[in-house]
Amino acid sequence: MAEKELKKIFDSESACTLVSELRKTFNTGKTKSYEWRVSQLKNLQKLIEEHEKEIIEALQTDLAKPEAEIHVGEIGMLKSSLKTALNELRNWMMPEKVKTSMTTFPSSAEILPEPLGVTLVISAWNYPILLSIDPMIGAIAAGNAVVLKPSEVAPASSSFLAKYLGEYMDSSAIRVVEGAIPETTALLEQKWDKIFYTGNGRIGRIVMGAAAKHLTPVALELGGKCPVIVDSVINLQVATRRIIGGKWAFNNGQACVSADYIITTKEFAPKLIDSLKHEIETCFGTNPIESKDISRIINSNHFDRLSKLLDDEKVSGKIVCGGQRDKSCLRIAPTILLDVPEDSLIMNEEIFGPLLPILTVDKIEDSFDIVTSKEKPLAAYLFTNKNKLKDEFVRTISAGGTVINDISLHLAVHTLPFGGVGESGTGSYHGKFSFDAFSHKKAVLYRSFTGDASVRYPPYSNGKVRMLKALINGSILGIILALFKLSKD
Amino acid sequence: MELVHVESLGKLRETFNSGKTKEASWRRSQLTGLLKFLQEREEDILMALKHDLGKHPVESYRDEVGTSIKSVNYALQNLKYWMSSKKVKVPIAAFPTRAELVPEPLGLVLIISSWNYPIGLSLEPLIGALAAGNTAVLKPSELAPQTSSLLAKSLPAYLDNKAVKIIEGDAIVGEQLLQHKWDKIFFTGSPRVGRIVMSAAAKHLTPVMLELGGKCPAVVDSLSSSWDREVAVKRILGGKFGACGGQACIGIDYILVEKNFAPTLVELLKNKVISMFGDNPKESHSIVRIVNKSHFLRLKKLLDDPQVKNSIVHGGSEDEENLYIEPTILVDPPLTAPIMTEEIFGPLLPIITLKKVEDSIGFIKSRPRALALYVFTNSETLKRRIIAETSSGSVTFNDAIIQYACDTLPFGGVGESGFGRYHGKFSFDAFSHEKAVTTRSFLVEIWFRFPPWNDHKLQLFRSAYRFDYLGLLLVALGLKRS
Repeated sequence: MAEKELKKIFDSESACTLVSELRKTFNTGKTKSYEWRVSQLKNLQKLIEEHEKEIIEALQTDLAKPEAEIHVGEIGMLKSSLKTALNELRNWMMPEKVKTSMTTFPSSAEILPEPLGVTLVISAWNYPILLSIDPMIGAIAAGNAVVLKPSEVAPASSSFLAKYLGEYMDSSAIRVVEGAIPETTALLEQKWDKIFYTGNGRIGRIVMGAAAKHLTPVALELGGKCPVIVDSVINLQVATRRIIGGKWAFNNGQACVSADYIITTKEFAPKLIDSLKHEIETCFGTNPIESKDISRIINSNHFDRLSKLLDDEKVSGKIVCGGQRDKSCLRIAPTILLDVPEDSLIMNEEIFGPLLPILTVDKIEDSFDIVTSKEKPLAAYLFTNKNKLKDEFVRTISAGGTVINDISLHLAVHTLPFGGVGESGTGSYHGKFSFDAFSHKKAVLYRSFTGDASVRYPPYSNGKVRMLKALINGSILGIILALFKLSKD
Repeated sequence: MELVHVESLGKLRETFNSGKTKEASWRRSQLTGLLKFLQEREEDILMALKHDLGKHPVESYRDEVGTSIKSVNYALQNLKYWMSSKKVKVPIAAFPTRAELVPEPLGLVLIISSWNYPIGLSLEPLIGALAAGNTAVLKPSELAPQTSSLLAKSLPAYLDNKAVKIIEGDAIVGEQLLQHKWDKIFFTGSPRVGRIVMSAAAKHLTPVMLELGGKCPAVVDSLSSSWDREVAVKRILGGKFGACGGQACIGIDYILVEKNFAPTLVELLKNKVISMFGDNPKESHSIVRIVNKSHFLRLKKLLDDPQVKNSIVHGGSEDEENLYIEPTILVDPPLTAPIMTEEIFGPLLPIITLKKVEDSIGFIKSRPRALALYVFTNSETLKRRIIAETSSGSVTFNDAIIQYACDTLPFGGVGESGFGRYHGKFSFDAFSHEKAVTTRSFLVEIWFRFPPWNDHKLQLFRSAYRFDYLGLLLVALGLKRS
């Protein structure tokens, strides 16, 4: 009874108090020190190392995620992200000297990274541990205070984060706020120095709208329908495995960069479908709906959403593989549909599940028009050995990131910025890009009192215009000539 | 009006979708067009600026025409490099994989510029947008009408009209434009309108860049050498009254100085104002007038407060008809008065005295972050402290405004002064999307990537993510267990 009374509702006032507290901490300068940042990053390492078991438990409770996927997709990624940050932090924090030109001669200049202040990270439910901690790594490495609001749709993971981040991290600067819409709304009413949001476009708009009131910069990691264009000139078996790896072995398609739909030629489609069927069996057995090597659907809302996509009368009859559903354990079998109409539901929203539509075209080049007619996705994929097609793909298709001959690999490469464009989002992170996402790059110009060009100042005269022209154009001859003329004026 | 926009915007999108603007030759032709406009229409530009703001040709050339020419040339020189794909190193565990970053244009962008540097603040972002291969709509400020008209009527002759449109108009036109879906909006102006722009952009998830303002302080240390004092004072006055009559986002808003040095500084400033602008600055033609009546009245109101009026030590006269306010220096007006809580954006220069110059750090920190911070000092310690303990868009030591001309430094704000940055390559980047392109071959497959899962595969992943390649090899060969 007493405990219930103690658990206060997190409202606007609580949010305001929270931000003030963190701002006070930030203003002391504590989070700016290299030592503090390193200590916090190391604490994250310890947390992950010491509670790997709990992480696995939480993710299996929330998503029935296979342990291998947890190691690859969440724990492994975080470990590598932390390792990179710790190795590189000194470099990242150093000012970058830049050249200066005749226009400001004599001068020296540099660009200095500094933290933005008090930042908010709102994460998603599909990779609830990774998408919470990875942006936090950037925020902390850059010297900010940070509040994390994990997704309530993955409750076990949210609890894990609240408990252990509370234990391991410096709570004067790093906090977790659990909750749903009311809590998120309360947080969004506050003035943050940056908001980093991972989720969908609808909420992305709400986040940006709230940020606009305070002129807060935002990073929005959204999603989209990531297309996979499959040419016939490929190694079919390897390509098929990679497609499976990028769909059903990838949180069961519930990933912002998972393969959403395939486009291939009418001629090649049967071969591709056969290969997929065969490899699905190899990976998941003869009754894939029961395979423990696939995550389940997160909850009944999403299960119903996906069922609706299959129930759409425009696509019934188009299923060529799978289609079985089991609501009681929130599972839908790996399902492939062939030639669904472009105006069907399944082709007009991000699927985020185990349904894989295959569209067919006459010539593979026609697939580009289909992709460009839709909103820019977070990722686009192409399987081919034809160099010309690869070039055309890179030239024509705009997406957050693209991969040729594989799926989603790019997000494991920390030297590549991971982020969207257009409807799939704005801003990027991973590696140094995470550090940059939470930094302000301050320009610093050092001038001395020597070397003063009087032409700059009033009173103005025509001679000064000539001199200025020469100075600005960096033309030594012009300067000399103008100097002569000036002395005559 | 509304219908015109929809139709012409559709045409701009069509042009973009045709791929024409992505070609290097097209981008060069547009940049060259801008250069020609600046060179061939220099007289018209200087006249328009004189008409709209009373700007002297020297100031116009120095701050707008000259800098824009410099920026176009810089873009032309570097375009090939900016457009090129950049190879990226990939960790060995992902071998064989090739990765590169390919810059691509965002699409159709909207540039809204402000009235104080109506040419510079229109063309500088436009240079970035075109260099990056976008189509663009420019909406110049209606508060600088002749310049707006010049841009709308004359600039099109130098650019591809199917890709670039200049749309004149006021706030209503601005609001109409904001209803549309853009691929980026670049806004220069006040925080109040910045909020409106960003809220409208949020509905379409349009990324924005906001170049706002703020109260840019100038910290003046007790300089001992008379040469240093001379130069500092010239630069301070140049950075205030010589920068669009104080109506500049990076103009010096107020000064912070140690009590002991203040009288010296004030004397020097007073004398220099007279030598720069004469005994009757109104006649000097060397100072920009107030842009319109509304701003004039706003500034007048700042001086109306009797305590503020009492703190005037130089100037203070006004001429409403000619929209002129004399370069005015004040010492220690109340910190709670609007002149010290709002961005002045005019020829009023408050000097705030502090016990020690180091107190300026606390003073600055307790206020919203400014677009620029200026510090006039020879003390390396003070320089280091200011850099480390304060935050602002930029910091310039021993000068003012001139950082605007540096192509290698990012120009932009933080906090209330905005976000995003441009100039030089940063302009190109501001209007680009850096697309990651990763290519794998079909050879060499990491066979343990796929289900069915087992402990062996798990162990391999553990090693891979620790970058423990030897371990990886051993486990793969079955020579090591967990």
